[in-house]
Amino acid sequence: MKTKTTQQLEQQLTRHSKAAKLEIWGRTISLTALLLIVAVVVAIIGFVASKGIATFTSNHVNLWDFLTGKSWNPNITDANGKPEVGALPMIVGSFLITILSAIVATPFAIGTAVFMNEISPNRGAKILQPVTELLVGIPSVVYGFIGLSVVVPTTRAIFGGSGFGILSGTCVLFVMILPTVTSMSADALKSVPRYYREASLALGATQWQTIYKVVLRAATPGLMTAVVFGMARAFGEALAVQMVIGNAALMPNSLVSPSSTLTSVLTTGIGNTVMGSLQNNALWSLALVLLLMSLVFNLIIRLIGRKGRLQ
Amino acid sequence: MFINNDVTKGTVMQERHVVQPNDPGHPIILSTEDLHVFYGKKEALFEGDLQFGSNQITALIGPSGSGKSTYLRSLNRMNDRIATVTGKIMYRGVDINQPAIDVYEMRRRVGMVFQRPNPFAKSIYDNIAFALRLRGTTDKHELDEIVETSLKQAALWDQVKDDLNKSALALSGGQAQRLCIARAIAVKPDILLLDEPASALDPVSTGQLEDTLLDLKQHYTIIIVTHNMQQAARISEYTAFFNQGRVLEYDTTSQIFTNPQVQVTSDYVSGNFG
Repeated sequence: MKTKTTQQLEQQLTRHSKAAKLEIWGRTISLTALLLIVAVVVAIIGFVASKGIATFTSNHVNLWDFLTGKSWNPNITDANGKPEVGALPMIVGSFLITILSAIVATPFAIGTAVFMNEISPNRGAKILQPVTELLVGIPSVVYGFIGLSVVVPTTRAIFGGSGFGILSGTCVLFVMILPTVTSMSADALKSVPRYYREASLALGATQWQTIYKVVLRAATPGLMTAVVFGMARAFGEALAVQMVIGNAALMPNSLVSPSSTLTSVLTTGIGNTVMGSLQNNALWSLALVLLLMSLVFNLIIRLIGRKGRLQ
Repeated sequence: MFINNDVTKGTVMQERHVVQPNDPGHPIILSTEDLHVFYGKKEALFEGDLQFGSNQITALIGPSGSGKSTYLRSLNRMNDRIATVTGKIMYRGVDINQPAIDVYEMRRRVGMVFQRPNPFAKSIYDNIAFALRLRGTTDKHELDEIVETSLKQAALWDQVKDDLNKSALALSGGQAQRLCIARAIAVKPDILLLDEPASALDPVSTGQLEDTLLDLKQHYTIIIVTHNMQQAARISEYTAFFNQGRVLEYDTTSQIFTNPQVQVTSDYVSGNFG
């Protein structure tokens, strides 16, 4: 038999207080937000995939021909009656410009990060931090415009030709990804514990030896993530690249010949096609390739992160 | 709360009492003169001139924030870039607190082990060979030999001799700390500074570490900061008591613990502090 006090206590402990109700509300709201985001992401991937696959299902383009064909001209059909939708020039263009800009940007970014973090933390925080943040905030059309009016004429003057091409694109992208890679590299260096540096210095290592042998080694996973992040940004950048690369859907035969990237063809072409037509579907296929590549970049970043944690 | 009257009975308490070591068998190897340490404008250490005899263990004790770690870190210039250190630090007759000193060369002679075991994310072998390789020792035979002697001196050899290529991060706390000691003595320093080396260790590891330090005394001069007064009493010949940025008392360890001359020291070592 329950006594009266037990009953009272049970009542007190089991009744739904205001705080408990709020708790349920809070969970519901955050779960809804999460589900909404997931739904949007799934919807985007699903939409791009369904549109991108249409080229191969309803227009019967061979996937292999699409990935390896060197001629891009969706408006005309070749001798066999097949449309010319070879995306290889754009894929090559995108990768080339991404890798080149990463190669150029990485040493500058890591050098800057080392200076900001190890050599002169005060000046680094006062000057370089705002500068990097400012650089991130400049719209890409401005970068493209500067590229068009400064980089392209300079390339033309030095290497001849039109000046449009992968080299100009690389120069513009280098400046664009530099702040991202720099600030992420700086974060990676910052996360190296202070006692690593102290241990090295106390053993009589110079500051440079400490940076080179201890800090950079320990920060390698973070630095790699920074570079891959920069590459992902370069890969996806459309407007600025489109303004300086020349937009000729040709295999690039040199760094200064007009060529194109996946994004530049998309931005140039998307307004000139009719929904559901082959021309439109082919562009969606390019978008699908872009999306898949971004996923691959994300995967790489995650893998590096996991490997870094294990150490 | 009890008051240990035995200790204070019959002595006239002074404000400050410093007796520098004077043992012909243990000549002074390191001393500080008029040492002041500033963090920005804040003075963290203002009265702390000590002398250290060679091949002896000196313990620096005192409450948190009393300046003992600050003092210790100044001795091998680890406070460069962090704090301003004025005054002289005389090491075998040379002032090592002057700008002309090559701090990297100096730190090879005055090594340091920290509170938290901090092995690099490298193999045990590479941890110890780190400083030697930086100095251009590449001979495999020579490196092997130094790695072995250092690990033996730090009493770690028997436990890790088959795992030299395994990551140092897999070691237990006590082993990692002894690895750090092995790493510090691999460059054959003169003086070993230890900043609360046992505070992150369990009692068994602490006991082993103390035995190791007593062995190391034959080859090195040891200055150790510790919060553990039993530890100071067990292993050190001299003890300095720091409080609020000053050395209040410096004498032989037995004097400090059995017959302290300063009231605050007496309170601190008898557990009545504050």
